[in-house]
Amino acid sequence: MTAWLVASALGVLTACGVWLCLRARTFDVVLGLTLLSYAVNVFIFVMGRLSFEAPPIVRPGVPATLAYYADPLPQALVLTAIVIAFAMTALVLVLALKSRFVNDSDACDPVLPDAGTPAKRPPE
Amino acid sequence: MSAPWLVVPVVLPLLMTAVMLLCERWRPSWQLPLSLLSTLLLLAVAVALVRVADTETIAVTLVGNWKAPFGIVLVLDRLAAMLLLLTAVVALASLLASVTLARRGPHFQAFFQIQLAGLNGAFLTGDLFNLFVFFEVLLIASYALLLHDAGARALRAGMHYVIINLVGSALFLLAATLLYGVTGTLNFADLALQLQQLPAHDQGLAQAAGLLLLVVFGIKAAVLPLGFWLPATYGAAPGPVAALFAIMTKVGFYGVVRTSMLLFGAGEAALTGWGAEAIFALGIFTVAFGAFSALSSVRLTTLIGSLVLVSTGTLVGASTLGEPALAGALFYMVHSTLAMALLFLLVHAIGLQRGAIEDHFAVGPAVAQPVLLGSLFVVGAGAAVGLPPLAGFVGKVLMLSATVNAPGAAWFWTALLGSGLLALYVLARAGSLVFWNTQPATDTAAPLSWPSAAGITVLLVASLAWMVLADPATRFATATARQLAQPGLYIDAVLQTAPVPPPGKEH
Repeated sequence: MTAWLVASALGVLTACGVWLCLRARTFDVVLGLTLLSYAVNVFIFVMGRLSFEAPPIVRPGVPATLAYYADPLPQALVLTAIVIAFAMTALVLVLALKSRFVNDSDACDPVLPDAGTPAKRPPE
Repeated sequence: MSAPWLVVPVVLPLLMTAVMLLCERWRPSWQLPLSLLSTLLLLAVAVALVRVADTETIAVTLVGNWKAPFGIVLVLDRLAAMLLLLTAVVALASLLASVTLARRGPHFQAFFQIQLAGLNGAFLTGDLFNLFVFFEVLLIASYALLLHDAGARALRAGMHYVIINLVGSALFLLAATLLYGVTGTLNFADLALQLQQLPAHDQGLAQAAGLLLLVVFGIKAAVLPLGFWLPATYGAAPGPVAALFAIMTKVGFYGVVRTSMLLFGAGEAALTGWGAEAIFALGIFTVAFGAFSALSSVRLTTLIGSLVLVSTGTLVGASTLGEPALAGALFYMVHSTLAMALLFLLVHAIGLQRGAIEDHFAVGPAVAQPVLLGSLFVVGAGAAVGLPPLAGFVGKVLMLSATVNAPGAAWFWTALLGSGLLALYVLARAGSLVFWNTQPATDTAAPLSWPSAAGITVLLVASLAWMVLADPATRFATATARQLAQPGLYIDAVLQTAPVPPPGKEH
């Protein structure tokens, strides 16, 4: 039952993330990327198998096999993944804002004001 | 063999970044010398590492002194050494050429060094999760470099580049952890062993993970249908940065080779050699797409970006056709990366002399130095197409002669020769449009600046050196392909490296 719940939650998150990523406005895409990274983070966690009341640290007297413990490695991996995804979301938000003000549009594919003619660039 | 100095190519640029950022406020003029020093040191280290790799040993560093497969390992085989040297050479040229560009905003040199740390780390790391981390390091630096002094066009291309790479990162994490869930390890060597002994009911999951990895590396290498971002992005990047990015598609190629030759290449198991046909077909399609994209380009930078696609497709296609073809591809990879970087720098210089029309194929002011830039363009174009006497010709001959009897020979020969012909036509047309179909030069056009000249010189010398050293270079590439075809060597080297005993307990 738990596995079914987690799996369907992952599916819904990913589907929403993909759908939002395919939209034409930067804000939707940023939200989509966020949902996608949530789905990925839960997926990483689940790859260590679902376990209840099992600590990730070896206790004296308990055999050191995964039957008695939660796998600690995915927990370490997911921390790294969360940090990176967070930083990248911040970056893409800044970029989206800058794009919004430079191009006066929040489209992912803004029509550049001087489309077709070469852009001005200061001489080197 | 344990070799603690393998951390140098990663740690040195990061250390320099820290120093640069610390003294940025009160000694801004120190940034360039520090960055240059770091890049020159990296070049020296890369030469030393190539010599180490040439002794048939695979050097391994156990970071944190845990025995593999636990802990983090750095592995130096011939492929990694080759790519480290190539990165260092292209980085030196790009750094010299970007001297003026770097002054237009803060932190350029810091991001440049972080980019180098990420590239070197990606080539050296021996486990999948650290490959992901180093990918992120090099990507976040590349976002900053791409958008350094960015206008509206670069901003739009940068947005696309960032978004597609973020989706790629998400897929990479899915693939890496899926493999962990199936095999219980992330170490390349251990993964290769575990994948051989995989029970039948888990093989589908492993294949799914392998395909996800192919998508991720396909995005980086810009393999069709994931490569549409490349011509626009490289076209919008400042010239010196685009030159550095010439090495970035090779990271994707490296990933494809590492995954297919090591993870899915070891032993005689059910998954061995799996997926090679698909990779071959994608490579050929990429060549075709790149050639037609070059044909339809309206400016020089997107034209060169399309030629990068052709070169990537050739490499990816050839890498699946057996050991001699892979050797040819590796030889060709070095040459084509240098040629592409050279062309990016050159096109940047040409664009600066043509006033507002830049590098568009339209009637505009003539360049101020038609003889110098024109001759350089002929050399660069010849190198990109693979005309003799430059090394690209040798690389193409190696690949063609190795695939005479290969199953996909007809496709591969058609793609390689046809794309070469198209590239020749496109570059000849571009050259005549830019250099001959002109109005009088503007008075304001400055002559070739010394940073651009220095970068171009470095790349020219490197291309010529690769041509002169074709014999040892071919032997190195052949030995690299042989080493890659025997994944057992890599696996044994990593798993049999013993941790250093703690001090005081030695006898």
